[in-house]
Amino acid sequence: MSESLHTLTTMPAERRRGCPFDPPAELIEAREHGPISRYVFPDGHQGWLVSGYDLVRAVLADPRFSSRKELMIHHPTIDYSGIEVPPAPPGEFLLMDEPRHGRYRKPLVGKFTVRRMRQLTERVEQITAEHLDAMEKAGPPVDLVTAFAKPIPAIVICELLGVPYEDRGRFQEQIDTFLGGEASDEELIAAYVATQNYLAELVAAKRANPTDDVLSDLMDSDLTDEELRGMALILLSAGFDTTANMLALGTFALLRNPAQLAALRADPTMIDRAVEELLRYLSVAKQFYRVALEDVELGGQTIKAGTMVILSLNTANRDPERFTDPHVLDLNRQEGGHLAFSHGIHQCLGQQLARVEMRVAFPALLNRFPTLRLAVPADEVVLRPESADIYGVKSLPVAWDV
Amino acid sequence: MRISVDAGRCIGSGMCVLTAGEVFDQSEDDGKVVVLRPEPPAESWEAVRRAVDLCPSAALKALA
Ligand code: HEM
Ligand code: SF4
Repeated sequence: MSESLHTLTTMPAERRRGCPFDPPAELIEAREHGPISRYVFPDGHQGWLVSGYDLVRAVLADPRFSSRKELMIHHPTIDYSGIEVPPAPPGEFLLMDEPRHGRYRKPLVGKFTVRRMRQLTERVEQITAEHLDAMEKAGPPVDLVTAFAKPIPAIVICELLGVPYEDRGRFQEQIDTFLGGEASDEELIAAYVATQNYLAELVAAKRANPTDDVLSDLMDSDLTDEELRGMALILLSAGFDTTANMLALGTFALLRNPAQLAALRADPTMIDRAVEELLRYLSVAKQFYRVALEDVELGGQTIKAGTMVILSLNTANRDPERFTDPHVLDLNRQEGGHLAFSHGIHQCLGQQLARVEMRVAFPALLNRFPTLRLAVPADEVVLRPESADIYGVKSLPVAWDV
Repeated sequence: MRISVDAGRCIGSGMCVLTAGEVFDQSEDDGKVVVLRPEPPAESWEAVRRAVDLCPSAALKALA
């Protein structure tokens, strides 16, 4: 087996030209060789790349694989040899294991249930309509990212957490710097300091004047201000950047698949399935990491304790052993179970909110502009680099008949 | 069919509610799964099996 083991020594820096929705060719190839490949990190660490559906899902569900930040001492594209990585700051539970993780996730879960998120539908419809009104008033061409995809989820998460609307712009800029994948170290540090200052003010303000929102509700618990800052950071950054990229990249994908778009327009009841398919097909949260806490047998290989594993959600969601014609966008696809929101204890806390946002926003956009189209040739749409944690378009110029 | 739940494992993802809403709900307090119909009618079995498979934390079992 080990003779035929496929090895990767770098992460692909870009996607194949003309295929903005497909994972980089090197990763698709790796999966074709088998669901697990060797990955040699730039610092020499011999880790693994897991690219097949079953194995990715198995690792995500397995507590022997850790999400702890302090164990992730190897970077997939940069040599930081010998660097010490501190544990995740209090409240930032994405990069924690139990029991630390549960201390922060548990008090939030009741606030993000299917029912509670569905109750937001009307408010999301209002916010969406306001942005469509503004687009219509401005007239084509419009950048869909700034006019629609970014502000709608940002306003929703701000209202849910009780972040004053005026503060939104200030915070969004920093998040863009963190997640855009193109900032220098100095820019990252400046954004980090600005964010921490902002969160400190926010939590202090809620402590002094609790209002009717998720953050204020948490003030009654034994969580410290430092912990609340961390939780707010995770919620805001996740809420700002992910759905936004799904909305913009999703619209791009629909416009590039006119038959699918026409089918969706003809049958609005398809929207729930269409959203799941766009999540699978685009997998904007494309890869995550885990570290083995003990030796684990996985797909015929032994993952040694302390070894880092790269989980490629986007290739797992394109695995032909799990999805028929995986590279085809089929809005009527019946096969559920995509991993776009991950699996296991870290599965997306905001997934039901993201679903409501997408189920409202896509149809509203398509209904308002029956002649919606790209305002530039498709190959001029500027994409985020592969170094970005969340994939998407930087801007999406669109037009319509007036 | 009988449904059994390990509430200690549930992480409140809502996948079961989304998949078989006539059988599962989530608690208003802690977001954990609430089984509305521990012995679901036959027409729900397929959805229940799907929910069991999708549950991210293996908190559900359906004993046929
Ligand atoms: C379409 C949009 C979204 C996608 C694709 C997405 C994707 C993901 C993924 C893949 C993870 C798991 C990471 C892992 O396994 O290590 C995750 C976790 C998380 N997401 Fe989302 N997300 C989306 C929207 C949101 C929204 C709107 C929120 C706002 C509340 C949110 C909040 C979170 C939080 C708090 C976590 C950490 C959960 C934990 O560690 O227990 N996400 N998301
Ligand atoms: S799918 Fe599983 S983890 Fe999610 S709410 Fe239902 S029982 Fe809990």
